[in-house]
Order: sequence, then C-alpha cells, then structure tokens
Amino acid sequence: MDKLAKQIDQLAVTWSEWTIRYRWLTIIISLLIVGFIASHMRFLDFATNYRVFFSGDNPDLVAFEDFQKTYTKNDNFLFVIQAKDESAFDGELSEIAERITEEAWQIPYAIRVDSIPNFQYTWADGDDLTVEDLIKNGNQLPPEILQNKVDIALAEPLLKNFLISRDSSTTAINVVLQYPEKEIDEVPIAVKHARSIAAGIEQDYPDISLALTGLSMMNNSFAESGLKDMATLTPLMYLVLIIVTFLSLRSISATLATLVVIILSTLVAIGAGGIMKILLTPVSLTASTIVLTLAIADSIHILITMRDLMRSGTEKNKALVESIRINFLAITITSITTIVGFLALNFSDSPPFNHLGNMTAAGIAAAWALSLFLLPAIISLLPLRIKPSPTKTKKSLFLKLSDFVIKQPVKVLVVTGSFSLILSALAFTNTLNDVWTKYFDKSIQFRVDTDFALERIGAFYPIEFSINASEPGGISHPEYLNKLDEFAQWMRTQPNVEHVFSLTDIMKRLNKNMHGDDESYYRLPEDTELSAQYLLLYELSLPYGLDLNDRINIDKSATRITATMGDITTVETREFISNSSQWLEQNAPEYMWTSGTGATQMFSYIAKRNIESMLKGNVIAVSLIALILILTLRSFSLGILSIIPNAIPILVTFGIWALTVGMIGIAAATVTATSLGIVVDDTVHLLTKFLRGRREKGYSTADSIRYSLNTVGKAVTINTFILAVGFSILTMSSFKMNQELGALTAIAIVAALILDFLLLPALLLVLDKKSSKKNSTQGNIYVPSA
Amino acid sequence: MSHLLKSILMYSISLLLFSNAIAEELEAKGYEIAKRSDHSDRGFSDSVVKLNMVLRNATGKESSRTLEIQTLEAPNDDVGDKSLVIFDSPRDINGTALLSYAKIIDPDDQWLYLPALKRVKRISSTNKSGPFVGSEFAFEDFTSTELNKYSYKWLREETCEEFTCDVVERYPLYENSGYTRQIAWIDQSVYQTRRLDFYDRKDSLLKTLDFKDYREYDDGIWRSHKLSMRNHQTEKSTDLIYSDYEFKTGLNDNDFNKGVLKRAR
Repeated sequence: MDKLAKQIDQLAVTWSEWTIRYRWLTIIISLLIVGFIASHMRFLDFATNYRVFFSGDNPDLVAFEDFQKTYTKNDNFLFVIQAKDESAFDGELSEIAERITEEAWQIPYAIRVDSIPNFQYTWADGDDLTVEDLIKNGNQLPPEILQNKVDIALAEPLLKNFLISRDSSTTAINVVLQYPEKEIDEVPIAVKHARSIAAGIEQDYPDISLALTGLSMMNNSFAESGLKDMATLTPLMYLVLIIVTFLSLRSISATLATLVVIILSTLVAIGAGGIMKILLTPVSLTASTIVLTLAIADSIHILITMRDLMRSGTEKNKALVESIRINFLAITITSITTIVGFLALNFSDSPPFNHLGNMTAAGIAAAWALSLFLLPAIISLLPLRIKPSPTKTKKSLFLKLSDFVIKQPVKVLVVTGSFSLILSALAFTNTLNDVWTKYFDKSIQFRVDTDFALERIGAFYPIEFSINASEPGGISHPEYLNKLDEFAQWMRTQPNVEHVFSLTDIMKRLNKNMHGDDESYYRLPEDTELSAQYLLLYELSLPYGLDLNDRINIDKSATRITATMGDITTVETREFISNSSQWLEQNAPEYMWTSGTGATQMFSYIAKRNIESMLKGNVIAVSLIALILILTLRSFSLGILSIIPNAIPILVTFGIWALTVGMIGIAAATVTATSLGIVVDDTVHLLTKFLRGRREKGYSTADSIRYSLNTVGKAVTINTFILAVGFSILTMSSFKMNQELGALTAIAIVAALILDFLLLPALLLVLDKKSSKKNSTQGNIYVPSA
Repeated sequence: MSHLLKSILMYSISLLLFSNAIAEELEAKGYEIAKRSDHSDRGFSDSVVKLNMVLRNATGKESSRTLEIQTLEAPNDDVGDKSLVIFDSPRDINGTALLSYAKIIDPDDQWLYLPALKRVKRISSTNKSGPFVGSEFAFEDFTSTELNKYSYKWLREETCEEFTCDVVERYPLYENSGYTRQIAWIDQSVYQTRRLDFYDRKDSLLKTLDFKDYREYDDGIWRSHKLSMRNHQTEKSTDLIYSDYEFKTGLNDNDFNKGVLKRAR
C-alpha cells in the first residue's frame, strides 16, 4: 500500500475513534446541523404552474410568453357536463350550463367565460343587427326553439367539438384566468372556488356527469400528486428498507441506527431544497425516496463488515473502527460518483430535474457524513451482540459464477457483448412522448376528468399560432383573410384536429349578417375597408369579457388561430406543428410564416430539449466518473475500461424499454447521468478487490476475478437488490416522469450487475490473454498511473 | 315575555332602524355629491371634440385611433345625451360613424354607418360594458355619465392630489353591466371626477381611470383632456387625449338622427 492510502486509513481510524469516544457530542452536533438544514423546509412550496418544467431560456417558453403578452394568458378551467343517459342537449343541460357560466365569473382571476348559452349569436333582420346570448333561460324555452338553438351551435365552427359535442349530449364551459402571479396560492384559491361550483352542480343535479379540467387543474395537481406520493410511496419505502436492513443485519439495534441515518439524510435533502428556495414538484420530491435508497447502502456496508469482524471474535467498538477503516475509501468514492451523476442534472433544461439533482446530491453527502460520523456513535451506544462463529467455507455461488466465466471467457464475451450491442442499437428506436395530461395516472382526479373531456367533447390540446399580417390593420386585407381561411381549412383536414378557431369564421358570419342573413354571403368580404368596418361593428356590440382582444393584437397586425387536438401522441403533435409551418412556408407570403406555440407544443419538445441540454452534462459526468475511477484504481486503462460495463447497461436499458414500452418521456434525458453515478459503484467494489488480488496478493487474472467476486459479490448483489427495489417503488408514483425515472434506473441497475458479473470478468480475461501473447514475459496489461 | 327580553328586542329594533337611517343618510349624501358633479356642467348644450385614443398592450406596444365626438346635452336627468362618433383613422374605418342615444336603464339605441357598405345598420345589443374599438374603455366609460344610471353611497373624504375629494361608491342599475360597482373620487372645489375605480363581476379591482388636465370653459364647464385607463388584470392600458373642444356650436336634434350618418364625414 502506498502512503496516501495509509494516510487515508489513519484518518478514518482517528475519526471513528473520536466519534466513539465523544459519542454524545457527536450525536448532538449531528442533530444540530441536520436540524438547522432541515428547518429550511419551511421555505418550500409546491409549484402551481406547469411552466416550472421549463427554464427561463427555453425557446419554446420564451415564444409562448411573448404570445401571451400579445394576446392574453391561456390558463383555464374547463367544466364538462353530460346530460343523463347521454341524451341530447335539453332544458336541464342548458340550465346547468347557464348556471355554471354565471357562477364561473365569480372564480378569482377569471377574465373570460365562454359557453354555449353566452355565445354571442349575431343575426340580421333587414338592416337591424342583433347581438345576443345564444340561449337565455333555456329550460323555459319550447323544445323546438331550444333545438333550433342547439342546431345553430352545432353548425357554428367556433363551438362544435369545443364547447358542444357532435351528439350535443355534452357541453363545456371554458373559463380563462389571468393570474397576477404574485402569490403562490393563487391557483389553489381559484381551484377551490371552481370545485365548489362543481360540487354545487353535482349536488343539485345528481344524474348528470361533470368533469373539471383545464390547465389550472393540472397546475393544482402537481401538489396533489406529490402529496399522494409522499403518503403512499414513502411509508412503503420505509417498510421495505426496514425489512431489507433487518434481514441483512439481523439486528434491531443496527436497523434502528441505519433508520436514523437515512431519515436524517432525507431531511437534509429536503432542507437543501428549502435553502435553494425551490418550488416543489412531484419530480423534486422523489429526491427523498431516492436518498432513502442510496443512503442505506453506506450504513449496510459498514455494519455488514462490522458483523463479520465480530463473528470472527473482534470486540464491538474495535470492529466498528476497523470496519470504517476498510470501507472509508469505497464509501467515499461511490458517494462522490453518485453525487457527480446527480449534479449533472443541473444541465437539464427542466428546473425540477435540477432540483432533484441538487437535493439528492445533498442527501447523499449527508448520508456519507452521517454513516461515518453519527452511525458509529449510535452503534457504540446501542446493545449489539454477535456471537463469534466460524465463517462458512462452502463453495459460494459467486465462485461458481467466476469459474463459469473463466472457463469460457470468449464465449461469454461474445454472447453478452452481442446481446448488449443488439439492445443498445434498439435504444435509439424509442419515440419521445410527453402528453402533459398523461403525466398523472388515473389515481389523480385531473387525469380522470381530462380523459372524460377528451372522450366526450373531442378537442382538448390547443396549439396556438399568431399569424402576422403585412402591416398595422393588415388583418383586414382580403389576401390575408383568404390565406388565413385556407390555412384554417387545411388544418381542419389534418388528423386529430378537432377544432379550429379562426377569425375568418366570424368575418364570414358578419358578412352574411350584413347582407340580411343571405347564406350566399357566408364568405369573406372582398375589400379591406369592409372587413375593418365589420370588425369595428362587431367589437362595438360584444359584452364585457367576450371581446376579441384575446384574438387580435392591438394594432390589428396579427391574429391568433388555434387548432385544438383530440387524444394525440407527442409524435403526432410534432408532426402537425411541423406540417403547419411547412404549409405556411409553401402557401403563404413570408410575413405569415410562424410556428405553433402553447403548453402542448412546449411539452412536445421538452424531452428533445432536455436530451440536448443534458448531452453536455452526460459527457462531463462520464469524464469525471472515469477520472475518479482512474485515480481510485490507479490504472488508466482499467479506469477507461470500466466505463464499458457502466455505459452499456444504460444503452441496454433503453433497448429493453424500446422493446417493451417504446414511448419515453423527459426522464429519458436525465436517467443516463444519474444511473451511471449509481451503477458505477458495483464496478468500483469489484475492480478494487480485483486489483488487490493482483497487486497485493500476486494472484493471476483468473484468481483475482475469483477473489473479487467471492469477497464482494454478495455485498454488491444485496446492494443492487436494495437499489432495484427502491427505484421500482418509484414506478408506483402517480406522476409519470417518476415512474419512468424509477423503472429505467431499476433496469439499468440490474443490467449493470449482470454485466459486471459476466462481461467485465470476460473482458479482463480476454484482454489479458491478448496482451500475454504480445508480451510473454509479464501478464500485466495495466499501466500503473502512479 | 319577560321585561329583559322585551327591552333587548326594543333595543335591537331601534339599533336596526338607526343603522338603517345612517345607511340612508350615506346614500343621500352620495347621491347629492354625484348630482352636484353631474350638474356642474349643466348648460354646455352641445360639444364637438377631437379624440386620439392610444392603446397599449402588456408588452408596451402602442396603436392609435382618431375620432371626433359630437354631443348633444339631454334636457333633463331622465334621458341620456345623444352622441355621434365619427372615426377618422385608421384609414380603413375612416368615415364610419356611430350614432348613440344613451338610455338611463335600458340598452342604448345605436346606429352605425359603414361607408364600405354604404348602409346604416341598427345595432341591437344589451351589451354596454364591452371594450370600445379594442381599447380598455367601454363606450359607457367615457361618454355619457348619466346621474340616474347608478345608486350611490358616500364613503369618506380624503385628499386626492391637490384636492380634497369625496369618495363615492356607485352601483350600476343596468342589469347587464359588466361592473358590480365603481368608486369615484370627486373634488370639493369644482366637483369634477378625478379618479374612477371599476370593480368586475367578482368584485375585484378591474380598471382605474385617471382624469388629468382639466380645463375650464365658460360658465364653469370643466373638461378633462387626458383620460388614462389602466386594466389591472391584463396590464393593458388606453389613453384618451382630447383636443379642440368647442361648445354651443348650435347643434340640435336634427344633427343626431340616422339620416346624418352618411354625410357625417
């Protein structure tokens, strides 16, 4: 052993002896520091805006913010009501729709309410133009008159499939809100009011079906989803960890001590979030679950070694000190690699993943410090008795495994290698899919209500386009309006487009009204002045809250056209958006060229943007981890070589995902760095022991492999099991990003273990043989770095 | 009934009557102040003025419209003023003219002349509070402020800039109004409105209108030459800049019928 290693060992011994001697002081200091950090939790609040998933410089967000400043904000509630027995729109449904329309004006921050009853219907009688609510007191109208009005709604392109279903059994009320965005509880306050309206309706009309959705409901669901996860996943996680810890340590005291360490580490992780004043999301909240899983490994390593030492007769405190000496370096290195992996999440374009990375990193650092500092102090206080017993000499499973590889390294290498290559090749066939309503699973009411709206009404996901005209006032030019109408018509022919809102439909209707409701005038006006004057007339007669200011910009040089999509995948959304831009470029004058925007557009590109932004983070993480391995193993070639069994499992994971699921969301971007940081731990343990065999004990490559697998195989397997279980629990989250993050990491961890046991030794053996042939004198292929 | 119960009941009733009396007093005071303000420009008979509207959105982008407004004073408080709005720019609405007979409680009568169509259209709509040509003003916000459109309540007295103002709350009597209430600051020196707050249907502050640059014309007729409306919810704003006021130009009822619309330009 060299000097540095000796110094580190000495430090560990001094350290642990000190903490055992001053154990009460140690415990008090630990609790004070943890308490101080954890107290910052009070600064934590749940995010109430989906925009938290986009960084300030995300170009899609910037474009949408611009759009919203020109028109109005897009946050909304959508009440969807369906007549009993799915019968057609009747007096009762009208009564309910009118009541919700009326009451929705009272929702805090509501600036606009659109419904079938308050649709501003225009009709002409000679030179008299009437502008009025389509339906007033619908329950008192004779059925044929009401039916007449329903037919008008169904014939109106602005309403059909948006506020009324094809079969008229379902109608929607859309409430647009303008949040001041000054207080964090604006959304919950508005949601509370909207829910009380819905509850009132459900109470008075028990036979109808009602759903409440919209962006504001989604914004409110982050907290609901996060809290639900906290309530279900965290206890489950604790239960699993307590069982696993107890089974591996067989001691209540040791389990208790481990529990204290992981709880405190979690508190530090969350407190660190408070120090950074982040807005919680279901994603950042998983930091607590992840820290639980990762923190436990440190304690278990120390306690297992200590138990083994005590079995061979060492006294408790001595065994404790010796265990810390043995594990100090490995625990430190594995903690650092994991921290590097999670810190790399800071490159993500999505702030919740930055938060997750930083909180987890803080939690892991705390787990490291606490298992080396607090754990010995607690253990020395608690009763812990282990009878000395001779270690079993039965040929272990891991010896059999190493013999299997040593017998046929080339075969193992070829088989595992080609399997890995095939799966890795498939990795890139996953399609990126982020449908924002489907981030929530069906245990969250928002998802259930949204599915209902999608199924019953049709249109749900808006894609916005702001189409410029050539000059101020230019939206009245016939060539502009004609092209806009062509665009709207083209959009209506596209798959999944359920509804298109275009100014041209209003202009056509007005032209008809201005010619005594002559149907043959249901077309666009032919000169600029006429269109401009129609608009003026229309604007003069619209009521408060139903104006065109959200559709036309201030100097009338641009209008907004909205295509609302039905149940659609992100791939289809991206296709529609790019086809739309392409259509404009091919058919419209250059000033009209634009690209789609809005929440649906933003989420459609979130995975891609994050993969791009994480690319740099992944490169840095891989390089740093390789560097750490080179320094730890004191071997350049082995350090580089070790990247193979760590990078391949991640590619294999994506390959398995492609075969089984095929669709992948934003988690795809972030899982590479984090799982690399985690899975590299096994390699560190295995290679350290392998090198000890070669360097200290002078074993051959084959014997070093046997030695390595036999000594740490079991610990590595237990560790992998804990991690895999921990991340599998995340798949039970109500939030899809977490499910995918959990599933992908769990697969990667298991794949890494398999490759560490098969591919890594095979690789070592094959490379060793090759170099032996070239270099017959010495079997050592490694270039010592120091 | 015991004596105690009786006296409590008597006490409650008198308290109720008393508080009612106070409320009535505040309402009467509010009405008087509004009336004094409304009557302060009695006798202007008619006016002609040019108006430049400057619209501003949340990004600070501007757009303007110019128009002329002719107003004929109503003979008493039970009928509204008549007004004729003639649009000048943007070019594409040049010559479009809106004739309006303000009503107190009923929807206004409105006719619009569209030069491109060469026809006069009567607009029948119950809507009064919608934005006027895309601005933050409703038509009723800057045209006729008829006294009997509202009920009133005096709130308090406070300084407003260099004046002492009565703060009066008013409640629209028109059922389709977009507002639940407005609060007016009326100065005690020349009885002009200095500021007006508008509350929307859910009773949250929607807009604030500041009246700037008051100038006195003969007989104590005061006119503000700059009305600035700020929408607190959308951060959009509109300025109305008045110029070239003329009074008593000799307009009469014949100048405010739909026949004149076509030649208004």
